[in-house]
Amino acid sequence: MMMLPEFYLLFFSIVFLLFSIGKGRVNVFPWAKVLSVIGLVATLVSINARGSFFSGAYRIDLFSQVFKALVMYGLVFVIFMLDKRSEVEEKYHCEYFMFLGFSTLGLMMLVSSAELISIALSLEISSYSLYAIVPLRKGQARIQLEASMKYLFFGAISTGVMLYGMSYLYGMTHSTFLSNIMFVLPKFLDQPIGILAVVLTMTGFFFKLSLFPFHFWSPDIYEGASNATTTFIATVPKLAAVALLMRIATLVCPAEPVFVTILIVLSALSMTFGNLVGLVQKDVKRLLGYSGIAHAGYVMMGILAMTRDGNASAIYYMAVYLFMNLGCFYVVLLLSKSGENVSVNDLAGLAKRAPLLAFTLAVSAFSLAGIPPTGGFTGKLFLFTNAFREGHLAIVIIGAVNTVISIFYYLNLVRMSYSREPAEAERINLSFHEKALCYLLIFLVLYMGIMPFGFMQVFRAAV
Amino acid sequence: MGDYLLMNHLNFPILSTTIFVPVVGAIIVMLLRHEKAIKVTALVAGIANFLISLLLYVHFDPSTHLFQFGEFARWIPSYNINYVLGIDGITIFLILLTTLLAPLCILCSWTAIEQRVKEFMFCLLVMESAMVGVFCALDFILFYIFWEAMLIPMYLLIAIWGGPQKDYASIKFFIYTLFGSVFLLVAIIAIYLATGSFSIPNAMFKDYSFGFQFWVFLAFAIAFAIKVPMFPFHTWLPAAHTEAPTAGSVFLASVLLKMGTYGFLRFCLPITPKASVYFAPYMVVLSIIAIIYGGFVCLNQTDMKRLIAFSSVAHMGFATLGIFSLTLFGLEGALLQMLNHGVTTGGLFLCVGIIYERTHSREIFDNAGLGKITPVYVGFLGLFSISSLAFPGTNNFVGELYILIGSFAGNKTAGFFAVVGAVLAAAYMLRLLKQITWGREDKRAIRDMKLREVIYLIPLVVLVFWMGIGPTPFVDTMKTTLTNLFTRMEVFFH
Repeated sequence: MMMLPEFYLLFFSIVFLLFSIGKGRVNVFPWAKVLSVIGLVATLVSINARGSFFSGAYRIDLFSQVFKALVMYGLVFVIFMLDKRSEVEEKYHCEYFMFLGFSTLGLMMLVSSAELISIALSLEISSYSLYAIVPLRKGQARIQLEASMKYLFFGAISTGVMLYGMSYLYGMTHSTFLSNIMFVLPKFLDQPIGILAVVLTMTGFFFKLSLFPFHFWSPDIYEGASNATTTFIATVPKLAAVALLMRIATLVCPAEPVFVTILIVLSALSMTFGNLVGLVQKDVKRLLGYSGIAHAGYVMMGILAMTRDGNASAIYYMAVYLFMNLGCFYVVLLLSKSGENVSVNDLAGLAKRAPLLAFTLAVSAFSLAGIPPTGGFTGKLFLFTNAFREGHLAIVIIGAVNTVISIFYYLNLVRMSYSREPAEAERINLSFHEKALCYLLIFLVLYMGIMPFGFMQVFRAAV
Repeated sequence: MGDYLLMNHLNFPILSTTIFVPVVGAIIVMLLRHEKAIKVTALVAGIANFLISLLLYVHFDPSTHLFQFGEFARWIPSYNINYVLGIDGITIFLILLTTLLAPLCILCSWTAIEQRVKEFMFCLLVMESAMVGVFCALDFILFYIFWEAMLIPMYLLIAIWGGPQKDYASIKFFIYTLFGSVFLLVAIIAIYLATGSFSIPNAMFKDYSFGFQFWVFLAFAIAFAIKVPMFPFHTWLPAAHTEAPTAGSVFLASVLLKMGTYGFLRFCLPITPKASVYFAPYMVVLSIIAIIYGGFVCLNQTDMKRLIAFSSVAHMGFATLGIFSLTLFGLEGALLQMLNHGVTTGGLFLCVGIIYERTHSREIFDNAGLGKITPVYVGFLGLFSISSLAFPGTNNFVGELYILIGSFAGNKTAGFFAVVGAVLAAAYMLRLLKQITWGREDKRAIRDMKLREVIYLIPLVVLVFWMGIGPTPFVDTMKTTLTNLFTRMEVFFH
C-alpha cells in the first residue's frame, strides 16, 4: 500500500487506455474528474507512508509524498479546468488523459527515486508522455507541431547532457545510489570534475524547470501547445524538477562555494533574462513562459541556500507557484473560446466582461509579482530570507530589482483588464463549476499569503 | 515579547477593530446590490470606525513613550514573525487623521463616482484598513504587508476611476513605489538577520556597525523618500494626484505621503541613528530643494490639482527638513506639519473635487471668477489656501514655525532658505486664490455648495482653526514620545 498513488495512477492511465481501444466513444470528462479526485484522496491518504524499495533506489518519505500530493493537486486542477474545452480533437480525449496520467506517474516516480538509473527512467516516462500530447491541438496551423519538435529535441539534448553527468558521477564513485555517491563525492569536490558532474546531472531538471540557459523551449512550447497542455507543462513537471534539484544538490554537502556560485549565476541570469524579455511579450502564454523562466531563477534562491529552511522555502514557493500559475492559465483557458491563443490586448475590459475572471487574474498576477498579501510575496520573503541568511546578498538584491522589473508586465495584465475599454462588450458567463474553481484558486493564493505556517511546518518536516 | 509594549487595557482589541472594521464594511458592500445601500453602508462603516478610533484618543496615556493598546499574537513562529500592534504619540494622530478622512472621502464621492460604485467603496475601505494597519504594525512583515497592500486599491482607484491619463499615472505610481519597497524589504531582512526577530521596537537603538547602518539607512531612505516624495523622487506625484479621483487624491496627499515621513521617524532615526546623523545634511539639502523647487513649479501651474500636488512636495519638504534638523522643535514641527498638511491639502483637494463636479475642468482659467457666483465655495477654498500658506492663526503656521525654529537652531542657512520657501507658498496660493475669486468676469450658472459638501468640509475647517489657535493638546500628546526619541538620538550627535 505504500505505493498506492503510483499504482493508482497506473490504473488511471490504463482505464483511459482501455477507453481509447474500445469502439464506442464515451464522454470521458466525468470519468476523468471522478478518477482524478479519487487519486488525490489516495495520495493524501498515503502521505504518511514510509519505506524504501529496491535496496534504497526507491524511497518513500514525507519529502516524496508531499511532492506527490502537490503533483496530484496539479493534475486534478488541470483536469477540472479542461472541462468541456474543445481544444483537443475529440477522438484523442482518452489518449490525452492517458498521457496526462502517465506523465504524472513518471513525475511521482521521479520524486521518489534516489538512484541515478531510476531517476533517468522516471524522467523519461514523464517526458515522453508530454512529447506526445504537445501536438494534440485542434484547429491551429503548424504551430503545435513545431512546438512538439522543439520540445522533443531540447528534451533529448538535456537528457543526454544529464546522462553524461551521471556517467561522470558513476565513474568517480562507482555507484548509482545517491546515498553512496554522497559519501564518496566530497573527495572529488575540490576538482572541477566533481562540480561539473553534479551540475551536468542537474541539467535535465534545469530543463524541466526552464532555468536559463535551458529555457529555450519554454516560450515556444507555451505558445504552440494547447492552453490546457501548457497549463500542465508550466506547473506540474516543475514541481518534480525542484524536488530532484534538491535531492541532487544535497550531494554537494557541505556547500561548496564554487557550486553555489554557479547556481547563483544561473539563478540571476534566469530571472533577469526572463523578466526583461517578458516585458515585450504580446501573447499571454508566451509572457507566462518568460515569467516561468524568471520564477525558475527565484526558486533557485531557496535551493542554493543549501539549508533545510532554504529547501522548505523552495517547496513553499513551488506550491504557491502552482496555484498562481493555474489562476493565470485558467483565465486564459476560459477566455479562448475555441482554443486559440490569447493576446494581452484581448484582456482589454475583462473587468467589465467578467469581473470574477479579472479578479482571479489580478490576484494571480499580483502574486506572481510578489505583492502582499498574496502567497507570492510570502514565498519570496522566505526565499530572500534564506538566501540572505547564507550570505548571498547579491542574489537577494538582484531578486529584489527583478521584482520591480517584472511588475511592469504583470501589472500590464491587470491594467488591460481594468482600465481599458473592451473591444467586444459581450459578457462572459461562467458556470457554477468555473466560478467555484476561480474562487478556490483565489482563496488558495491568498491563504498561502496570510497563513503560511501550516504548509511551512509540513514542508520543513519534509526536507 | 519585549518591554516596549503596554498591553491593551480596554475590554476589546481596539487596534484590530480599527483596522478590520473597514474590511468588514468592504465585504458587506460587496454583497449588496442597491447603489444607495452600498454608499450608506460604506459611510456607516467609515463613521463607526472614526468613532471607535476616537476611543484611542480618550484612553491614550500621554505620559509614556511606550507603545500602547498593545496586541500580540504568534503568526509564523518558525521565522519569528508576530502579529504585534501598538501606537504611541507619533502614530495616534495619524490614525485619527486616516479614520476621519475615510468618511469624508466616501461623502465626497457620493455623486462624483457614477460607475462601479460598489468596487469604488470596496477599494476605499480596504485602503483605509491598510493605512491604519501601517501605522499600528510593530512587526516588520506585518508593516510591509500593509504597506504594499495599500498599493493595490490605490492603483485601482487611479486606474479605473481616474482622469484621462489614468493609465500612465497609475502604472508610474505603482512601479515607483514598488521600486522603493523592495529595497525596504531587503533592509528588513538584513535587520532580521542581525537581530533574529522582525520586531520593530526590538530593532531600535541597537549597536549596529556604521557600515550596516549606512546601507540600511540608504535602503530605507529610498523607500521613504519616494513615498514622501522628496526631490528628485517626486515625479510620480503630480501625475498620480492629478489623475486620481478626488477621494484618491485626498488619501494620497493626506495619508500616503505621511507614510514616508512616518517611516523616517519610526525607522531611520531609531534604527540607524548614526547613519541618520551622517546623512542629515544631505537630507536637509534635498528638503530645501523640494521646498524652493516645489514653490517655483507651483507658480507656473494652470491646473488646480497639479498646483496643489506640487505644493505638497514643498510642504512635505518642510516635514523632512524638520525631521533632519535633528532638534526637538524640528521633530515636533515635522509631526505637526504632517497632520496640518493632511488636513489642509485634503481640504484643498476636496474643494477642487467640488468645482470639478460642476465645471468638469481643473484648469484655473475655466474656474476663474467664482467669487460672486459661488461665494460659500470660495470662502472655503480661501480658508484652506490661507491655511496652506501658513497664515498665523491657522494650523500650518504652527507647524512651520516649529520647523523654522528647529532648523535655525540646527543650521542657519537651511532656515534662511526655508523662509524663502514659505514666502513662495504665499505667492502661489494667493495667485490661485486671486484667479479663482476675481479672475474673470462673466455670469455663469454654477450652483454653490450643497449641504453634503459643507458637512464634509466642516470637520477640516474646525481642525484648521483648532490646530492653529490651540495646538497644545496635540503637542502634549506627542511630546513624551518625541522627547524620548530625541534624547536617545542625542548621544549620536557628536
